[in-house]
Parts: sequence; structure tokens; C-alpha cells
Amino acid sequence: MPNTKTAVPFQGTKEQEEQLRRIIAEYKDTPGATMPILQAAQSIYGYLPEEVQIIIAEELDVPLSEIYGVASFYAQFTLNPKGKYRISVCLGTACYVKGAANILQAIKDKLGIEAGGITPDGLFSLDACRCVGACGLAPVMMINDEVYGRLTPKEVGPILDKYKE
Amino acid sequence: MAIIRSHIMVCTGTGCSASHSPKLIDLFNKELAAAGMDQEVKVVRTGCFGLCAMGPIVLIYPEGALYTNVKEDDVKEIVSEHIVKGRIVERLLHKESDEKGVTTSLTDTEFYKHQKRIALRNCGIINPENIDEYIGVGGYEALGKVLTEMKPQEVIDLIKASGLRGRGGAGFSTGQKWQYTHDAVSPDGQKFACCNADEGDPGAFMDRSVLEGDPHSVIEAMAIAGYAIGASQGYIYVRAEYPIAVKRLEIAIQQAKEYGLLGENIFGSGFSFDVGLRLGAGAFVCGEETALMHSIEGCRGEPKIRPPYPAVKGLFDRPTVLNNVETYANVAWIINNGPEAFRAMGTEKSPGTKVFALGGKITNTGLVEIPMGTPLRTIIENIGGGVPNGKKFKAAQTGGPSGGCIPANLIDIPMDFDSLGAIGSMMGSGGLIVMDEDTCMVDIAKFFLEFIIDESCGKCTACRIGTKRLHEMLDKITKGQGTLEDLDRIEELCQYIKANALCGLGQTAPNPVLSTLTHFRDEYVAHVVDKRCPAGVCKELLTYTIDPDKCKGCTLCARNCPAGAITGKVKEAHVIDPDKCIKCGVCMSNCKFDAISKK
Repeated sequence: MPNTKTAVPFQGTKEQEEQLRRIIAEYKDTPGATMPILQAAQSIYGYLPEEVQIIIAEELDVPLSEIYGVASFYAQFTLNPKGKYRISVCLGTACYVKGAANILQAIKDKLGIEAGGITPDGLFSLDACRCVGACGLAPVMMINDEVYGRLTPKEVGPILDKYKE
Repeated sequence: MAIIRSHIMVCTGTGCSASHSPKLIDLFNKELAAAGMDQEVKVVRTGCFGLCAMGPIVLIYPEGALYTNVKEDDVKEIVSEHIVKGRIVERLLHKESDEKGVTTSLTDTEFYKHQKRIALRNCGIINPENIDEYIGVGGYEALGKVLTEMKPQEVIDLIKASGLRGRGGAGFSTGQKWQYTHDAVSPDGQKFACCNADEGDPGAFMDRSVLEGDPHSVIEAMAIAGYAIGASQGYIYVRAEYPIAVKRLEIAIQQAKEYGLLGENIFGSGFSFDVGLRLGAGAFVCGEETALMHSIEGCRGEPKIRPPYPAVKGLFDRPTVLNNVETYANVAWIINNGPEAFRAMGTEKSPGTKVFALGGKITNTGLVEIPMGTPLRTIIENIGGGVPNGKKFKAAQTGGPSGGCIPANLIDIPMDFDSLGAIGSMMGSGGLIVMDEDTCMVDIAKFFLEFIIDESCGKCTACRIGTKRLHEMLDKITKGQGTLEDLDRIEELCQYIKANALCGLGQTAPNPVLSTLTHFRDEYVAHVVDKRCPAGVCKELLTYTIDPDKCKGCTLCARNCPAGAITGKVKEAHVIDPDKCIKCGVCMSNCKFDAISKK
């Protein structure tokens, strides 16, 4: 499972921590606060390293294991940093029957990483996801918020090259 | 107020947005301003029209001209020709694939003709970010009627009389569910009316389109449910992967609060109701009701044993009603039009309509809403425009990872809860994936199991380990190492998982395997006995060959082969060495003479 403790050193800033503590204070008394707080924390830091989980556990006064349990359960939360460009290849059914597996393979070949991995320069990270809901455009991949539809394996290389510049 | 003579409706659902439809809106506004017509022509941002394959979609009223595949460069022409001169731009009009002529009106198309839009009634018609437009088409009338004229029990009786069944998959009676929650006693009086918008079935986007195109219809129905069961608080649990839907829900909730349609003392009736939004975090199992509630509570989304059912002990241990988005989208319509009108559509046991997300190997991928009981053939051949590229229809898959497939010989099956259940599939939430002769059914069964293995929460052994073992056996088969005994073992394990898994997702996880095994046993046997994949999908079982009559000896394949498996002289037929071939398919996709085939 790629979602284990990261080797990348934590580089959070004071401002980020203040922002996080503010958000925790805001949600603290709402029932079921853990999820919204983790979602906010991930959007502040880009991922959920141990240091961040400790802050949340202390502020909410719950065991760290509970925070870790939730953070590691949901696919959206990541304990590893992501690349500057996050590639998600849709492996939903509609995309799958239209050859999404070949698209994923073409990206793996091009970047030399597996799904869940990140290129050594930190530029690209690759994930397989389940359905972005653009089934009319199958097969589909997303790079950050940009959607690329009706893909063929041949188109993948030139698209990725655009981001390298 | 300016008199608007023409409306330009631009779809901004996820499909069309991904094809840059929001950019079109900016361009239309710019061009209209340049032509001095921005006061008389209005550009409306709408929800999904359903014809996602043809996006971006632009519909211009009063003519009802339907333009498809509109590019940024086309905007200028549409404004200067259609809007300024009143001449419809023929070349951009939607063309029915099977007819020569052009259709100008939406309702004339084969795609819409067979549909009956209830849950999607406002999608593509109103601006979902403007509550006035929803009110303009009769929105919040049902809530007003319920709060001022009806008792909670009368509301429940009315929903029961309509025969509405949950659209999330299982098809449980909605009125009955409300009754149980109404009757349950809460220790502190608090109950909840929640909405399941965690549409995790891959290849399904019905709920997303309702939320994006008509969010108020869900909010209104939740308030009605809240009144019926005695809840003052509701939650919508929506996938975080649907950013447009989340944004429109936030806007809609805010607007409803400003108008006093949510909050304290609605319509002066003394009834108060508030809706909170909770974002999912990418866990399929959270579509299961008890797991979803755990997730709202801030825990891992693991299901728990029922009973007690959520109607008795649900969210924060209080009685809770949880309905799916599409179910809610029907509620206000039923109250406004009466249960008889609803029962007039569909079949006796499955009244009303159902929305399907049509995808896969079909010409018109998109969203369709049909009366229950419509034959599958109508959906595939008429609405869907058939299977493209002259291929043969092989099967349709419904219900996603919990459902099964409908083989070609059952294409006339009526699409309703009971008929689908009888052949080992299920209605599911409405994903309908069409497969043609190039789809391998063993591979598809394996695909769904991979999904389940990824998404299993791990709480019960039957699902956590059982699906893994099933996958291993299927993997063996697709690699040509399976035996006939494996097929029996697979069936036995499927039955075991069905009987012993803790939640609905685990219990239905073997369905894709069982149903392909029932309807396509030949294909499994071909993999096992003949070591052959009839659809040409399973890599390990394929052999690539060059037809010596077609090969011109251009050497392209030999030069591109990464394994050096192809040999031959210039202008002479080439040969593939099967021992060296790694079956990557590069030769076949590069051959200009169609001389290479796989079997």
C-alpha cells in the first residue's frame, strides 16, 4: 500500500499551522468534525503528514490512532506529497471498456512510475481513480483540474510533454 | 425589466464543462455585447441535457435549435447568423446518426422522444444557480402545500400511495421508510433527514447531474421528508469528486436560507429545517447507509450490522431517513401532480421513471430518463443510437459492481426492479454500460472484483478475503491457467460471500462474476479449455499473426517491434515469432494495410 509514512521531510510553515489551528477551532464543537478538518488540512498542506495529524489529534483531544485511522481509510486523503501535476486516470467502467487500461499503461511507460507513485523530480504523480463522471468523454484522465477526454495512448506523450516545459 | 427575445442555453454539466463550455458562455456574452444585443438575448448556464457524447451543447430558444459539439470558434457565427440575422446555423445542428435530415428541435430527436423526464425535469431548462428560476417553474410549491395543508402522516400516505421506490439500488419503498422513521422514538426528539449523494458506482452520473442541474429539487424534498418524519436537521453527503455539484449545492442552500425556505419557521408554519453539506473522501463503501452515517460522524466509513436499522437508530444514534438524490428529485413532483399521475408511468410494482447513465460502447453516451418497464432494446437502439462502428451488441451491465449483465438474447427485458432481479442483475443506481463483441466478460468480472478489493472496508472476512481469492481464480483463468474445477470453486465461493458478508456491498460483490458465469459460461470455458479469449482482450491468450496476402512488406511493424519478434525482407510478407512476441499490439496499431490480426 503506497499510503504509508512518507520519506519526504516535513516543510510546513508557521502560517500553515496557524491556519490549521484556526480551522480546527472553528469546527471543534460541530459533531463529526474530523472529516471536514482533515479535508481542510489536506488543502492547506497538500497531504497529511504525521506532524499535521498530531496537531489535529491534540486539538480535538482524540488519540492519534483515530485520526490516522480515518486519514488512511479514505482514498482522497494522502499521507504522501503529490506531484506538481497530479495525473488521475479514470478506471471507471465506462472508461475501462473504452480502453482506459491502455492509457494508464502509456503513462506508466512514459513516466516510468506506477500508479500511486511520483516522479523523482516531483513534477508528476500518477493515480488511478474511479470515475470522474465525464463518461461521455471516455476514456478520460485529469491533470490537476484539467480534463482530457476521448484519449488514445498515442496522445498521452505529447500532452505530458506540454507540462514539462 | 428588459424583455428577452431569445435565450441561449449552454450546458455546464461536468461533461460539457470538461469540453470548456464555461468559456463559450463568456464568448457568447462578449459577442452579444459587441452586437449590442446583450439586453435582449440572455445566456443561461444550465445543467445537463443528457447528450453528453455530443458536448458542448447549446440550445437556443424560441426556435429550439439544438447545436452540438460547439467550438469556441463557432460562437461568432452563431451570434452573427442565428441571433442577428435569424438564420439557423445548419452545419452545427444535432444530427441523428441514423437519419439523413437534420432535426432542429430537442423533443423531435430519437434521443429524447422515448424519454419521460421527471427527476431531470428542470435539468437543462433552468439556471441551477438561481433560486428564482426554480421557483419560476413551480419550485417550493410542494413544500408550501405540505407545510400549510397537510399533516405529516398525510405526506407519508401520499408518498406510499405513489409507490415510489428508492432509486439508489435496492428499491425499498420510500413511504414505508419514512413511516418507520416517523414512528421511531428519539431519546431527545432529534431525528435526521439525509441525502445519499455518494454516487460511487463507476460509470454512473445520474445523481451528479440532478445536483448540478436542479439542486433545489433535492433540498425541497429533504425539507418535506424532514416535516414528514419530524426532523429539523438534514445532511447531504456528497462525493468530493463532484466539485461543480458541491458548489451548486452550497449556492442553493445559501439561497434557500435567504428566502426563508430553509431555517426557522418556514412559511410561518412553525416547522424549522436546516441542511448541512458533508463531503465524502473517496470511499465507495460510504454509499452503504450505515457506513455513510459513520462517515458523517467523522469515523472510518465502516458499515455495521442491521438491525437496528437507521430508521430506528441512525446518524448519531437518532432515527434517520436516508434517501438517494434521484428519489428526492421525484418527491416534489409527486406532491404537485398527485400519486395517480406518478403511478400512470412505469409498471405496477415499479411506478415512475428511472434515470440511466448510458455509457460504454454506445453512440449516444449520456443521461436518459425512461418510464420503468421500457425494454432495454429501446434504450440501446433508439435512444442510444446503437453500438458504434458496426459492432455487435453483446451485453449491458447494470448496477455497477453490485449488479450483473444482461446478455443480447434478453435485450427485450423490461427495465424495472423485479425483472432485472429475476435474471441475477439489479437496477442499481442506474449505471448502464454497453458492451460489444470486443469486450471480454471474464475480464469485466475481474475488473469489478479489482474495484471491490480496492474499496472493501476490510471489516468482514467474507468480503475482505473472499473477493481477493475470487480475483486470484479469475486472474488464473485470464492467463490461461484455469481449470474447470476452478469454475465450480468460483461459484461456491460466490454463494459463500453472498450469504456471509456484513453489508449490502459485500453481499452483492459476487454478482458480476455469477451473472457473467451464468450468461457467458462458454466464454469462461473457452479461456479454460481452449486457452483462448474470444473477444481478443486477455493478453496472455492472444496470438498476433500477419496475413501474408495483405502484408506489403513495408517493414514498419518490424522496425517498431520492441521485442524484435518480426522478421521479413522488404516487399515480402513478414512473420511474427510467437516466442519472442510480448503482445504489446504496437505492430497492429501501426500497420497501414490491416494485415495484422489477434486471436
